Amino acid sequence: MASPATRRIVGAAMTGATYGAAALAIVPLAAILVMLLTRGAGSLDWDFFTRSAVPVGEPGGGFAHAIVGTLLVVGVACAIGIPIGVGAGIFLAEFGGGRFGWVVRFVADTLNGTPSIVIGIFAWAWIVRPAGRFTALAGSVALACILAPLVARTTEEMVRLVPNSLREAALALGYPRWRTSLTVVARTARAGIVTGCLVAIARVAGETAPLLFTALGNQFFSTNLLQPIAALPLQIYVYALGPYEEWHRQAWAGALVLILLVLILGTIARVATRSRHERA
Amino acid sequence: MSAPLAPAPRVRPAAAAPDGPGAPAAIRGSLRADHYAFWYGATQALFDVTFEVAPRAVTALIGPSGCGKSTFLRSLNRLQDLLPRTRHTGDLLVDGASIFAPGVDPVALRRRVGMVFQKPNPFPKSVFDNVAYGPRVGGTAGEAELPALVERALRRAARWDEVKYRLDTPGTALSGGQQQRLCIARALANEPAILLMDEPTSALDPIATQRIEELVVELKRDVTIVIVTHNMQQAARVSDTTGFFYLGQLVEIGTTQQIFTSPGDPRTEAYITGRFG
Repeated sequence: MASPATRRIVGAAMTGATYGAAALAIVPLAAILVMLLTRGAGSLDWDFFTRSAVPVGEPGGGFAHAIVGTLLVVGVACAIGIPIGVGAGIFLAEFGGGRFGWVVRFVADTLNGTPSIVIGIFAWAWIVRPAGRFTALAGSVALACILAPLVARTTEEMVRLVPNSLREAALALGYPRWRTSLTVVARTARAGIVTGCLVAIARVAGETAPLLFTALGNQFFSTNLLQPIAALPLQIYVYALGPYEEWHRQAWAGALVLILLVLILGTIARVATRSRHERA
Repeated sequence: MSAPLAPAPRVRPAAAAPDGPGAPAAIRGSLRADHYAFWYGATQALFDVTFEVAPRAVTALIGPSGCGKSTFLRSLNRLQDLLPRTRHTGDLLVDGASIFAPGVDPVALRRRVGMVFQKPNPFPKSVFDNVAYGPRVGGTAGEAELPALVERALRRAARWDEVKYRLDTPGTALSGGQQQRLCIARALANEPAILLMDEPTSALDPIATQRIEELVVELKRDVTIVIVTHNMQQAARVSDTTGFFYLGQLVEIGTTQQIFTSPGDPRTEAYITGRFG
């Protein structure tokens, strides 16, 4: 049995250690942001958002084609992946007790642990090669394969948090089981599900590897889903590897835009969760 | 207002008997358990429960924790069906018809046999939407009839004056007692013939409890009420008939006065005099 004084010292030391760990966790994010701001902010101008790439040697040009490409590819990936993910998550939480549920959960966890480049290769083998060309759609499918299992597992966790008493209340009022799950349960968990989706979107928006063999990238402005398309991470990758000073500057700016996009999504997710707590 | 003391005669499940609102008024709201037994996996929770509940009366089920009274109550609207690895034998009859007969839809049954839970569980929606929930999904009322229906249900269960200006506030923002009355109104909006109450006041303060008890006595004019309670004074105050459950068996059932003044079984006497439980 430690003396009160010792206990106080140990307690203070432990509290200090947790503060230290929390501060350390913030350091990388702060360092990245500072670096991106110093190197990239200078290149952010109106042209960067409104103009596409220009031929090498010509000054100016921007990332408009990559920004629009990312929005398109990620948007289509959401249209494919979120319904599947949310549906699977509700299934897992509400009816996933049996063997099939176990299999789905196992597959989702395996997919979540699969390196994204493997998913890119998969999409290349199954979509790009049979189609004979790189397409934005193939990129979306690859991203959807990452998105859906992530969303499924977070949705499952959120739906599990809904108190059983609410389920029983709806059932006792004469609700069919599926309707209880879809309306009462899913609606109560809505804020959490939205948060999970936003976090997953932020994750796939920054993915490069699955797009390398699928969307390929494009120096020109395109909104055609059946043609190769540019995306922020791809454009950053290409420009960062390139030999030109101008490209490097723009790659930094692109990285800044990408991380701001992710931060905005994260902030929206935070606000969504907070309003849930206020309502409760 | 008394239930027969002798076990009800054994009857076969009456699948073809009248069902639902079409049932003759005389038996609307009647309830009978016929050698009903229930298992959770290998554990038997109820043994050979047989009794009859008079329509439009309050029946209280008392007994120590784990005696099976809630299991029995939740069997009456087939909520227990949803639990995995459970089974039953015997039969339960509502309005003279077996609730387990093929062709009985448990979802439709639950609209006729409403339920109020131990902890108030309003949906995180407005007061109005909470009450309108049942009729909306049941298709029993068009959107235009809902306001009148909601008002009627709230008038029966709550102090309408307390809530009429708060129809848009979330049900979860009300006080505990008001939440529970909202849950009762929500159940009443389905116009059930039978209302099951599973310790409806155990989470409430004494004043809220008193209001719920007054409400129970009022409601029995047109609804059969089965109430599970740990509070023997409450059983004595609100019920016409009292049944005592012990270790999964219905030890004794009779008029509330008889159970509390001259119980026939020594175990009942021991329980109501506070020697165990």
